[in-house]
Amino acid sequence: MTPALQVRHLSTTFGHHGTPVTAVDDISFDVMPGEVLGLVGESGSGKSVTLRSIMRLMPHHSAVTGSVLWQGCDLMTMTEAELRRVRGGEISMIFQEPGTALNPVLPVRVQIEENLRAHTELSAAGRAARCLELMDLVGIPDAKRRLTQYPHQFSGGMRQRVMIAIALASNPKLLLADEPTTALDVTIQDQILKLILDLRDELAMSVVFVTHDLGVVAATCDRMAVMYAGRIVESGPVPAVFAQPNHAYTRGLLGSVPRSGTERSPLLSIEGTPPGLTSRPAGCAFHPRCAFATDLCRRESPALQDRAAGQAAACFHSDRVIAAGLAGS
Amino acid sequence: MSLFFLRRLIQLIPTLAFILVVVFVLVRLLPGDPTSAILGDRALDADVARINHDLGLDRSIPVQFVLFLKAVATGNLGNSITLKLPVTTLIAQRLPVTVMLTVMAALMSLVMAVPLAFVAALRRDELADSAIRGTFQVGLSMPVFYLGLILLTVFGARLGWFPVGGYGDSFGEHIYHLFLPAFTLALSLAAILMRNLRAAIIGVVGAEYVVFARSKGIMPGVILMRHVLRSALISTVSLFGLSVGTLLGGAVITETVFAIPGAGRLMIDSIYGRDYPVVQGMTMALAVVVSLTFFLTDVVEAWLDPRVAR
Repeated sequence: MTPALQVRHLSTTFGHHGTPVTAVDDISFDVMPGEVLGLVGESGSGKSVTLRSIMRLMPHHSAVTGSVLWQGCDLMTMTEAELRRVRGGEISMIFQEPGTALNPVLPVRVQIEENLRAHTELSAAGRAARCLELMDLVGIPDAKRRLTQYPHQFSGGMRQRVMIAIALASNPKLLLADEPTTALDVTIQDQILKLILDLRDELAMSVVFVTHDLGVVAATCDRMAVMYAGRIVESGPVPAVFAQPNHAYTRGLLGSVPRSGTERSPLLSIEGTPPGLTSRPAGCAFHPRCAFATDLCRRESPALQDRAAGQAAACFHSDRVIAAGLAGS
Repeated sequence: MSLFFLRRLIQLIPTLAFILVVVFVLVRLLPGDPTSAILGDRALDADVARINHDLGLDRSIPVQFVLFLKAVATGNLGNSITLKLPVTTLIAQRLPVTVMLTVMAALMSLVMAVPLAFVAALRRDELADSAIRGTFQVGLSMPVFYLGLILLTVFGARLGWFPVGGYGDSFGEHIYHLFLPAFTLALSLAAILMRNLRAAIIGVVGAEYVVFARSKGIMPGVILMRHVLRSALISTVSLFGLSVGTLLGGAVITETVFAIPGAGRLMIDSIYGRDYPVVQGMTMALAVVVSLTFFLTDVVEAWLDPRVAR
């Protein structure tokens, strides 16, 4: 099976008072048709920038290099007109904060309709019918009246549903979801996740799910890629990575989540904080916080290498990490 | 929305009542008194008493206020002392001129400010932006009367494109006569509006909902007009509304420079002539105009931003 989306050597830099700052550093990954890929990492690890770089939505003072192959075409070299056809039509995005991503001064109907107007040949009546259909699809009751309302008249969960309705308006093949549940209550969060998964099955689309919540990854994703300081440090099928992390950072992440049903053991935690964009350490960016670090880690940056069980990790000491397991250190 | 409209309309009533009180008090706080203005310094006591009685100034203040309210309610604002005409007639003659001048200036400033703000914001820190901001900075720093004189000399006297004074007789002539003065007034307001709108556009262009709109693949023109301009205009509209008061004040000077028979000139002449009934009437009329402008501003703002109209 050929991947729906192939990201190759994607790098994003910002002009930062003359010296460019790298937010995303040479990352590559594939998304298969119908697959849910989780992009995991702490704040500032470059997850959101990755998504926006794929869609070429970065502000002017940033530079994106590499290639993003979508059905054989490189999004990076497309003209604006070609890109407009892909955006919202074939690849849609949902944002973290529905409160700021929906235009506060436009009724919801207008915001759904403009997507339909851009990507479908529907008549005015057809668009109106499709709007109602979408509201039903994402589970917003009383659709007819709700369509005339403004975002501030919706609750947070309902707003996120509206955003999903907009994203799905023209039946996209790929959904890029940037922490779609972070701003929501846990119960609403479950509803939204379930909704996205149901829609994935119904519409046979792929999903890239950006999140920092490993619980969400376990519940929703087929494969995962862990990001740290702008790089992918580990990737693989979710069950395999959860069972046996190959990278010390992944191990730390998994170990810091309390688990029920097992014998009580101390939580692992990762000391320190992730490095800022301007102060990435030499060698492996994780080495200052890593219990396994050696001189090699301080000197050289490890490349992402394939391991067993479809996993890949960028770590010199995968063997020792595996040997240490997930028990408390 | 219609409920908001109604509520805002009702709010006008206390505003107008307050204006009445302020005008009444203000005129009585002015130095000098109408009687000596009419009769001069060497008036006989008997004459002073007679005039005072005629004007009702021998009554107590509360009684005067009731009489004042009665007069206003019946549309009688007294007679001008110097021009010997009913104040209402004077207002009907002069106020439309000033309102037209102000409206023209306001429209001209919008026509200048909105497109240029867009260019400046989207070409931020480039040559076009600097040029636009620099030019307006000069316009803003130049006093209205000075700018007016320059325009008058160059386009009126030297080139003869525009009349150097007066108001004309038909509507078309009014517009022709008011073009230069309106432009003079418009320039400084345009500078302020342009800067405000430019900053607002820069803020909105980076907003999440604009990025989200771009992610939908809609046309750049739609994004600019529907998502950027509309939100950016909200703060500019309130600034615009507030500026109309300043614009009216500016009109006073402009009318003097361009010799236009408007409310501003009448006001100045009346203040110098101690023509209290006219000062009182005109102040009230201008205050009503400003209140109505604020009302309209609120309505436009509520239309632009539905969150306001709750």
